[in-house]
Amino acid sequence: MMILQTLISGILLGGIYALISMGLNMILGVVRIINFAHGEFLMIAMYLSYIFYAWGGMDPYVSAIFIVIILFVLGLITQKGLIEPILDKPASTKIFATLGLSIVLQNLALMIFDANYLSVTTPYQSSVVNLLGIAISVPRLVSFGVVIAIVILLYLFLQKTMVGRAIRAVSMQRQAAYLVGVNVKRIYLLAFGIGTALVGLAGSMLMPIYSVYPTLGASFVLIAFVVVVLGGMGNMFGAFYGGLMIGVIESLAGVIFSPGLKEVIYFIIFILVLLIKPTGIFSKGKGSEAVGL
Amino acid sequence: MLKIEQINLSYGEIQVLWDMSLQIPEGQIVALLGANSAGKSSTINAISGIEKISSGRITFQGKDISKMAPHEIVELGVIQVPEGRKLFNFMTIEENLLLGAYSKHARKDIKKNIRRVYDMFPILEERKDQLAGDMSGGQQQMCAIGRGLMSNPKLLIIDELSLGLAPILVQELLRTLTTIKDEGITIMLVEQNVKQSLAISNYAYVLENGRVAIQGDAAQLTEDPHLKKAYLGM
Repeated sequence: MMILQTLISGILLGGIYALISMGLNMILGVVRIINFAHGEFLMIAMYLSYIFYAWGGMDPYVSAIFIVIILFVLGLITQKGLIEPILDKPASTKIFATLGLSIVLQNLALMIFDANYLSVTTPYQSSVVNLLGIAISVPRLVSFGVVIAIVILLYLFLQKTMVGRAIRAVSMQRQAAYLVGVNVKRIYLLAFGIGTALVGLAGSMLMPIYSVYPTLGASFVLIAFVVVVLGGMGNMFGAFYGGLMIGVIESLAGVIFSPGLKEVIYFIIFILVLLIKPTGIFSKGKGSEAVGL
Repeated sequence: MLKIEQINLSYGEIQVLWDMSLQIPEGQIVALLGANSAGKSSTINAISGIEKISSGRITFQGKDISKMAPHEIVELGVIQVPEGRKLFNFMTIEENLLLGAYSKHARKDIKKNIRRVYDMFPILEERKDQLAGDMSGGQQQMCAIGRGLMSNPKLLIIDELSLGLAPILVQELLRTLTTIKDEGITIMLVEQNVKQSLAISNYAYVLENGRVAIQGDAAQLTEDPHLKKAYLGM
């Protein structure tokens, strides 16, 4: 029973990792840029969630609607103002640009909010539902439900709409996308916006579970990179499965070995995947080559 | 229909097109021939807006397209079927065709155009749910041409149609191009395969080192002694 409990906790935790990683992977797959500031967008979303709660008394699940929109716009501004001018520059320029952005955002947060841990209090925060003797945390269950809904919506958007197909087309074969009339720059803008909106949603879902502090993004983005490599660079739905895998590995490692060893375990798996199947477990493409690295 | 006037194109320090000029009249098949690195692909990438020229002018139906973005040029009806097909390999044949109709002016005719493509290449309809990357080279070329036709082209530029295909299949595809021309679509055929291209073309340009070396009616060019020696091995 304990293993089953751990498995379910891991899957629910993995859902959040998946949401963060899917955003990162969309940006990586379409715009072909590793956004080192992705974790800081998560941090911003959580601070916004805190502000909506502290100043407006708004529940994080309600303010999620506004936060997704704000983060989408923030993504558009970042793409237009920072990424677009350096798209044709060497990979190192892009890395330093997003790394620089991440440091700026962290320090801005430190200036505004200090290094304090901030959290919200909701009536359902400690609630659990019992299902066949397994205790499931309500906030984690809600966040997992949201993740599943987003995965389905994203799937339908990418598979069934012309713009969704264009996003996939740009990630697969950029030159051919130009030649069928896709406005590739606009698709980059949209992909960056969606990627940051997804991490915004993840931030809102995390707020009832975690506290926010200026360097919070760094630890989550590290996990997201592991998930992206496991799932396959640029493979959106690979990131979903990868997220679930890391969540389960993290939970099981905490129970079987020691909570302190969980990161060691999934980083060992991360290195093994890089050595054995560098394109990622769920990747159909060419991995880093496919994302222009 | 398309007029290229004295264009120059460089990749960094290396100039690949030198004062190149050519014309594509409406309703014809015009061949752009030459060996590897002669400047053929650079010319058509300049037309499609993928590469930007450093000087000169490209006009399509009287409109200057030299500085237009690729998607704006597609919107005017100038469509390129690229070398090596460049299909979206992890999408189905049908998804590839649907993406061909991405431009605004083509979306209203999706149903009509997909029927036309399936009638022209029935194998594509039989395999419409298969991934494009899993198809044979010939079927992929059909899909690439079909994807081009989905955008209601006025000018269809086909780069290296014969590359990697069996001669019998090339013959079949060239016959299809004649049918496409008869439907009123102007074709620019970019090829290394001189003999077969001249057989279906009205006019031809031969490029050497980024310059037009020979031009003339296709029928006359087949008798050109330089062309015979350099490209036909005669």
